[in-house]
Amino acid sequence: MEKKKLDLFAHIWVPKHRIMSEEEKEELLKKYNITLQQLPRILVNDPICKELKAKVGDVIEIERDSPTAGKAMYYRVVVLE
Amino acid sequence: MAQVIKEKIDAIEFRILSPAIIRKMGVVKIITPDLYDADGYPIEGGLMDLRMGVVDPGLRCRTCGGRVKECPGHFGYIELARPVIHIKYIPWIYDFLRCTCSDCGKILLEEKEIEKWKKRLDKIKKTKGELAKWNVIKLISQKAKNAKVCPHCDAKKKKIRYEKPLTFIEGETKLTPIDIRERLEKIPDEHSELLGLDPQAGRPEWMVLTLLPVPPVTVRPSITLESGQRSEDDLTHKLGDIIRTNQRLFENLNAGAPEIIIEDLWDLLQYHITTFFTNNVSQIPPARHRSGRPLKTLAQRIRSKEGRFRRNLAGKRVNFSARTVISPDARIKIDEVGIPIDIAKELTIPERVNEWNIDWLKEFIKRGPNEHPGANYVITPEGKRKRITDETKKQIIDELTYGYIVERHLMDNDIVIFNRQPSLHKMSMMAHRAKILPYRTFRINLCTTVPYGADFDGDEMNLHVPQTEEARAEAEILMEVQNQIVTPRYGLPLIGCKQDHITGCFLLTKKDTVLSREDVFTLLSQVGIEKEIEKDSLSGKEIFSLLLPDDFNYVGKTRTCLKCAKCKEEKCPHDNYVKVVNGKLISGVIDSNSIGAEDGEMLQKIIQEYGNSFASDFIYKCSLLGISYLKIIGFSILPTDTDLPPRAFEKIKFILNKSEEKVRELIKKYEAKKLQAYPGRTVEETLEFKIIEILNKGRNITGKIVERHASKDNSTIIMATSGAKGSLLNLALISACVGQQALRGSRINKGYTRRTLPHFKKNDITPRCRGFVRHGYKGGLDPFEFFFHAITGRDSVMDTSMRTPKSGYMQRRLINALQDLKICYDGTVRDAYDKIIQFQFGEDGIDVTKTDYGQINVDSILNDVLSREIKK
Repeated sequence: MEKKKLDLFAHIWVPKHRIMSEEEKEELLKKYNITLQQLPRILVNDPICKELKAKVGDVIEIERDSPTAGKAMYYRVVVLE
Repeated sequence: MAQVIKEKIDAIEFRILSPAIIRKMGVVKIITPDLYDADGYPIEGGLMDLRMGVVDPGLRCRTCGGRVKECPGHFGYIELARPVIHIKYIPWIYDFLRCTCSDCGKILLEEKEIEKWKKRLDKIKKTKGELAKWNVIKLISQKAKNAKVCPHCDAKKKKIRYEKPLTFIEGETKLTPIDIRERLEKIPDEHSELLGLDPQAGRPEWMVLTLLPVPPVTVRPSITLESGQRSEDDLTHKLGDIIRTNQRLFENLNAGAPEIIIEDLWDLLQYHITTFFTNNVSQIPPARHRSGRPLKTLAQRIRSKEGRFRRNLAGKRVNFSARTVISPDARIKIDEVGIPIDIAKELTIPERVNEWNIDWLKEFIKRGPNEHPGANYVITPEGKRKRITDETKKQIIDELTYGYIVERHLMDNDIVIFNRQPSLHKMSMMAHRAKILPYRTFRINLCTTVPYGADFDGDEMNLHVPQTEEARAEAEILMEVQNQIVTPRYGLPLIGCKQDHITGCFLLTKKDTVLSREDVFTLLSQVGIEKEIEKDSLSGKEIFSLLLPDDFNYVGKTRTCLKCAKCKEEKCPHDNYVKVVNGKLISGVIDSNSIGAEDGEMLQKIIQEYGNSFASDFIYKCSLLGISYLKIIGFSILPTDTDLPPRAFEKIKFILNKSEEKVRELIKKYEAKKLQAYPGRTVEETLEFKIIEILNKGRNITGKIVERHASKDNSTIIMATSGAKGSLLNLALISACVGQQALRGSRINKGYTRRTLPHFKKNDITPRCRGFVRHGYKGGLDPFEFFFHAITGRDSVMDTSMRTPKSGYMQRRLINALQDLKICYDGTVRDAYDKIIQFQFGEDGIDVTKTDYGQINVDSILNDVLSREIKK
């Protein structure tokens, strides 16, 4: 049988993910006055990172539905482990 | 101030003490188990040798010359007559013995394979870190221990068994610690590394002890009892045992005693050293004190709830605290706490003497420690503490100048922190104002029992007195009861009126309540309202309005609101529409939906508009008004409250008979195989669902009947409708029908084969055979019903008693994980390293205590602003 690749983003429980550009990254770090290490993390071998072909050091922007705020933004830095 | 070291710890590595290091760090070789000579002076070479540090005042350490608190203590050592296994290294030793050759000491793998594993280990360490290596090591030892023949020297390998607790057996012969040590010595460094022991960290043979370090005296101080007798620490006792057996072993070895005696003594030495490390190894009897109490040795000091971590490092004992039983006091304000005068004389507040308070403080000293607002101690600017007694009083008053500190008794209006365990809440610890009262219990207002979860069946609570101005200010701003009224969980007041307060206000604000001038003044004087009243009589609603601020507007509903399709608003026939215009209660009765704890909406509005202090006063006055009104009219509950007219009984009987009849028909239909199954269910399941449905419907109708026949002036009903206590369901349970008893979500279906009790026929699934209780509590349950009721009762008791500790532990873990998260000024939630956890607190950045039920009510804000604009 041929293996079918699952489309992760088609799943209703997977929120929108996007790799941020260098400028956006810079801006984000400046906005919260933090270094990259202070961001929440995500593993490189996370299925989403593989899908997006994210590299270590990239920042992924996640747009989630929130029961309290409607839409909520979350940012995670890609790390090795 | 202590110097702050700002350095991040990357890793901690534990290594094995080598005999050489033990000898080097030991300042003395211990050779005698005796402690003191005839004069009570420590013996040289004894366990209390002065070179190992001092615990008695007046003596000096012979190693560093320090006095009692200056000398940190120094280790000694004992030279063991024969080597002894370290109990904690047994798993390691076992691994080493099995995986290496007994002849050449090399690991039981081919040369090539060893190289391969070595490379793999290095790679893993580099790429995945130090911790990941353990998986590889596990694989290596798994491989090596199965070899039958040594690939290096072709020696045959016998199987080595480990027999609990302390013996290793090869084939048939027992391996002595000497044998084991010899074998471990042979293992080459690079091979021990493959088995997980870094050569840097130590040699395998060090796991068998030849020297025993003796902890310093400061670690095991002796206590002098009142009788002047000395009592030694458990560790000292244990070390004494070790030295005694060690010496006997030495003597016997030198005298060339028979092997059996030596072996026995050797085993004894092994036992003592093992229990010196840990005293609760299975299959080793714990070493006991003379009294029979098990000794607390090294591992016991560290481990478990009573160990160093949880007892001394994660939590500590405090001074300036008190604990007694609590009791209620309706006439104490909700932000106050009544403190027994005996406690107030013991707890003190340090007050620094200055130009303005010196005369005031002198008065305290004059009264001394035994008269209430007095003082116990003064502290001179040099830091000397002086106790105030009748003899020293005069002198202290004379010498008192600026800069002295007087420790005065606790007085009315001092800030104290009050707490009840379990502290699951931030509201479990609140700041109150002290009020010194006679007798021996803490007194709290009934309204404040809710956040603490307290009642008065013997509960005890703790009290803490902040000692600095900063602490008091912080407690006042962050922890005062007023500021904790609204819970951050769902934004409604947790502190509000309860029970009688609600009943009273409910009855007072009913439509036809009118009070005479006399009664009005009685009430107002009780509550403490001063107001001119011109009218001869006042309605209840008018009296309640006196508590409301003049510009207060509110619209709400009572809890009994029928939710009619078209609300008649003020003209509601049941008086369920609560409306306040300009501080006047126009319509509606006040019940728990308006002023009650945990659901008072009117209260919440008042908090929002007039602030916490006003609200706390309002709650206090409401509660007093309720109680006072009940005192005028009298209010009591009777067993006759649950009586029903004979007509109602007939109806209930009829309803229950009818549902039982319906069930019987259903069963017949089932037996005739005419029952249609629900989709996805078997016929039996369908039958069960239908029976349950019928029975529940029947029970609900009986509840309705009770409700219909209850008179409006029935006290129990009044409490239920006002939300003060109990519900109509409770009443129906008592007077009409208890209903189906459920076990694990279904009817009772347990006991004998296909029946619950031997009195029923097999396969009988009629209501009474499966735990339907058709009587009420008052009418009395028949024996079967009683039994079924007891089943569910016992089940729920078991359930709660097993769930409480489980959820408690879960809460503990959560608290430990979240304890140092904070909300920063930019709205982010961060941990102690300033790492971001949430970018907006709760994703919306809303403080729930300042909202309507967690949401911002835009309509009401608009209304407020617009009406104000219009007025302008």
